[in-house]
Amino acid sequence: MSTYRFQFHGQELVARPSGALYWPAQEALVVADMHLGKSGRIARLGGALLPPFESIATLERLNVDLMDSGARRLICLGDSFDDDTARTELGAAEVQLRALCKRHEVIWVSGNHDPAHRGVLGECVDELQISGLALRHIAGVAPDISGHYHPKLRFMGQRRRAFLLGAAHLILPAFGVYTGGLDHDDPAVRHLVPEGIAIVTGKHAHAIPLSPVLQARQ
Amino acid sequence: MPALDHLNPIDLPLPLAHWFAAQGWAPHRHQLQMYRATDDALLIAPTGGGKTLAGFLPALAAACCDAMTSGLHTLYVSPLKALTHDIARNLARPVADLELGLRIEDRTGDTGAGQRARQRVDPPHILLTTPESLALMLSYPEASRIFAGLRRVVIDEIHALAESKRGDQLMLALSRLRTLSHGLQVAGLSATVENPARLARLIGGADVIHADPGPAPDIAMLPVTEPPPWSGAGGAYAARDVMQAISDARLALVFINTRAQAELFFQALWAVNDANLPIALHHGSLARDQRRKVEAAMAAGELRAVVATGSLDLGLDWGDVDLVLQIGAPKNIKRLVQRIGRANHRYDTPSRARIVPANRFEVLECVAALQAVEAGELDGDDNAGQGGRDVLCQHLMLLACAGPLDADAVFAEITRVGPYADLSRVEFDACLDFVATGGYALKAYDRWQRLVERDGLWHLRDPRAARDIRMNIGTIVAPERLSVRRGPRGGAPLGEIEESFAASLLPGDTFLIGGQTVRYDRLRDMVVEVTPQPAREPKIAVFNGLKMATSTELSTRVLKLIGDRGAWGALPAHIREWLALQAEISHLPRPGTMTCESFLRAERWYFALYSFAGRNANQTLGLLLTHRMEAADMAPLGFVATDYALLIWSLEPVLDAAALLDAAGLRDGFQEWLAENAVMKRTFRAVATVAGLIQRNLPGQRKSGKQATFSSDILYDTLRKYDPDHLLLQITRAEAMRGLADFGRIEEMLRSRSEIVHSIARHVTPFAAPLLLEAGRIPIRASGSERLLEQEAARMMKEAGLTLNGLGATTEG
Repeated sequence: MSTYRFQFHGQELVARPSGALYWPAQEALVVADMHLGKSGRIARLGGALLPPFESIATLERLNVDLMDSGARRLICLGDSFDDDTARTELGAAEVQLRALCKRHEVIWVSGNHDPAHRGVLGECVDELQISGLALRHIAGVAPDISGHYHPKLRFMGQRRRAFLLGAAHLILPAFGVYTGGLDHDDPAVRHLVPEGIAIVTGKHAHAIPLSPVLQARQ
Repeated sequence: MPALDHLNPIDLPLPLAHWFAAQGWAPHRHQLQMYRATDDALLIAPTGGGKTLAGFLPALAAACCDAMTSGLHTLYVSPLKALTHDIARNLARPVADLELGLRIEDRTGDTGAGQRARQRVDPPHILLTTPESLALMLSYPEASRIFAGLRRVVIDEIHALAESKRGDQLMLALSRLRTLSHGLQVAGLSATVENPARLARLIGGADVIHADPGPAPDIAMLPVTEPPPWSGAGGAYAARDVMQAISDARLALVFINTRAQAELFFQALWAVNDANLPIALHHGSLARDQRRKVEAAMAAGELRAVVATGSLDLGLDWGDVDLVLQIGAPKNIKRLVQRIGRANHRYDTPSRARIVPANRFEVLECVAALQAVEAGELDGDDNAGQGGRDVLCQHLMLLACAGPLDADAVFAEITRVGPYADLSRVEFDACLDFVATGGYALKAYDRWQRLVERDGLWHLRDPRAARDIRMNIGTIVAPERLSVRRGPRGGAPLGEIEESFAASLLPGDTFLIGGQTVRYDRLRDMVVEVTPQPAREPKIAVFNGLKMATSTELSTRVLKLIGDRGAWGALPAHIREWLALQAEISHLPRPGTMTCESFLRAERWYFALYSFAGRNANQTLGLLLTHRMEAADMAPLGFVATDYALLIWSLEPVLDAAALLDAAGLRDGFQEWLAENAVMKRTFRAVATVAGLIQRNLPGQRKSGKQATFSSDILYDTLRKYDPDHLLLQITRAEAMRGLADFGRIEEMLRSRSEIVHSIARHVTPFAAPLLLEAGRIPIRASGSERLLEQEAARMMKEAGLTLNGLGATTEG
């Protein structure tokens, strides 16, 4: 496993192959779009009965990143829960989540899926400002770190979750197990990060330039 | 013609018998036998034997005697939509001539919503439909009323449905029909098959009626002026010869294996159509109106040739066809014989078919296939497996849509049809549990409840779910398709292409569809917008082709032919030279040895193994050998298996083939490799879609919001980790193993063929050339692909280095 270390507006950051971001100066692990409780929400709404293991699986992944990075603090960039009801329907994963929140200082940034989960398990905010960087769910006034779009990169016949790093914005891939994604050249993300690099996740984190050529071809 | 003596046509009502006589037709013996059958019957007859009419005689006779009551009398099910239109047209004549008060309608995916709704309230006397549409009808609460008075079910081309999920689906529907209507009689109609008793068991037992097989078909290779190329599948080299054959015939059907090939071949034919003969193109990716136009023109006798794929493959009864041309080797002998049945449907004259091999390897296959036909050898039928449990899950959901279901009654019902006769109650209950709750090991939540049990009956928890369930029925899991239209808004529809093909297009690229070259303009609202551009050379369309397995028998015949120089007299001179060249550059495979070769091409090492052991065995070998190669750091990237050979590509070469093929320890640590493989993931996707875990992507439902959908691989991996014994994983494993040979058999084969002939060739060999173009490649996502990705990423970063100053970056181990 290799991580990818880079600079963003004077801050040194580390992209981890899992899709989590580590910020050494803050001793903080940042993740976006966990969508905990997604299978439950879909079942509740009469949709497919998906395997009810994604919350457990996502939290297990998160624990590994917290341990390996040595982070003290966890910042979740919104859509941590698939909706506000899902927060109360975690079942077996609830125990896991509580234990995690006891070990780490957790800051929940709210997202469009979970706008109102205030007052549970740690500090809840709409956005954060740290060392000149904004941390929010959807990219806004630059420079900021955000999630929401679930970016993916199509490269060499594969489609992998990827960080998009541009001059103005850093967009994180979705961390949740049951999440799809938006291609890096979709107009919605392309206008936020027209140029820069994508850091693909998987076994290792690899940087790939987002040149205009690559954008057009894929 | 067989004597009719004791089977006098007078059995038929007089008006019908007179009508036959007036057409100059005498009913065949087997038609009258079918008419008089009092139990379920299965008719085995060659095409042109009037099978279909035999199925409808009872309905026509009843109508002649005014014995027809209102409501549905005969239900006809065919695997092909086009067939239902054709039958409707054929039946219209006697009905009109005899002024019968019979209402005949079809109901397929093409039928409008208004007509479908009306049919539920007021069904016709004869309904012509497909397995999917029948399943859908059974899901409506009105089903019990619609089918209560049904007398007869005619299942056409039943041989094409056997051994498939569509067949399983149809048999489940049949089991329900038997419950809804007492005294139902089933007529199965089949082309010639090896084992009719097995087909009879499929419908739960039936009397088998054999028609006179008629004269032996006249099949040969089409003489060509130029030798075929070493590789390729298009057959364009023979366009002039084919055009000549068309102009010598009255009406020719030209079959080719894939849609893309059909497009290209039609283009090639058109270029040499100096006499401007009326020829047309027909395949399943064309817009419906266009297909209908071709079908009508053909029925009206306005065409001299139709270039077609499988969409016309199954028994369309078009009287004037007197020549079938097969481009590319037909992948098995049975298929060839059934296919040429279409030519010259006059029952007593032999059918004429000419084969045009697309490359030199296919010439060998053709010669071997023709020798097999001459020897009267049909391919053996595969063992009938148990019906798909994913199809059963879908069936249970559909039944629940129609009304509350009684588990005991449904279990009794479905075990009366062949595919589910041996299903255990435990297996059935697991399917019901999956449908009701998802069937997960973790059972804490009442939200996971699609069906609820009340008073011993299973009810749909939310009746509104029925709509979604109905929209997801079907057993064919096809790649996503996008429709292609001319011009910016609402232009004429030209057909469909696969989404992955559309994604590879850049504005300005050209491709072939419907026989014309078009330019890709843009993708908007899931519609591919194009502009016709006749002059440009097209970028080749690669939308999908069916990969058909050749029989093991045919493979063995080909190997014998190659290995026996004494038998080469049957081969054209250019093939003998080509074989000699293969022998010079590498080696010719011989029975009893394992012949293999390695060569380097475009920075990839290729390892070709000519086992001639059949596709399943080669696919299994591909999985086993890539596993061993990964362990030995050869970085395999993928493989493709054919009936004859296995081709593996990797970053490092295979230098010691004997060590690679050593049977000892081949399976060590293999299970994990198998579970991670693309074969399993593809199988899971199909199973999960049919069973209803994954919703099909329906047109119009997926305009944006792609974040919401995620890959089925994620569900597969999650289940594997947290619920490894889940029903869908059990079904996936069982199904994947059907496409693989038994591991023990492979090890046995490797031990028995211990003489390994391995050569390192200077370049691609004559035998390996066609393998490089083979469809159905299986990627290996392991160290090799990771290495390639890393190299490419590093190269691009270096190239872009100067422009990325602001984002100085380093990698840490």
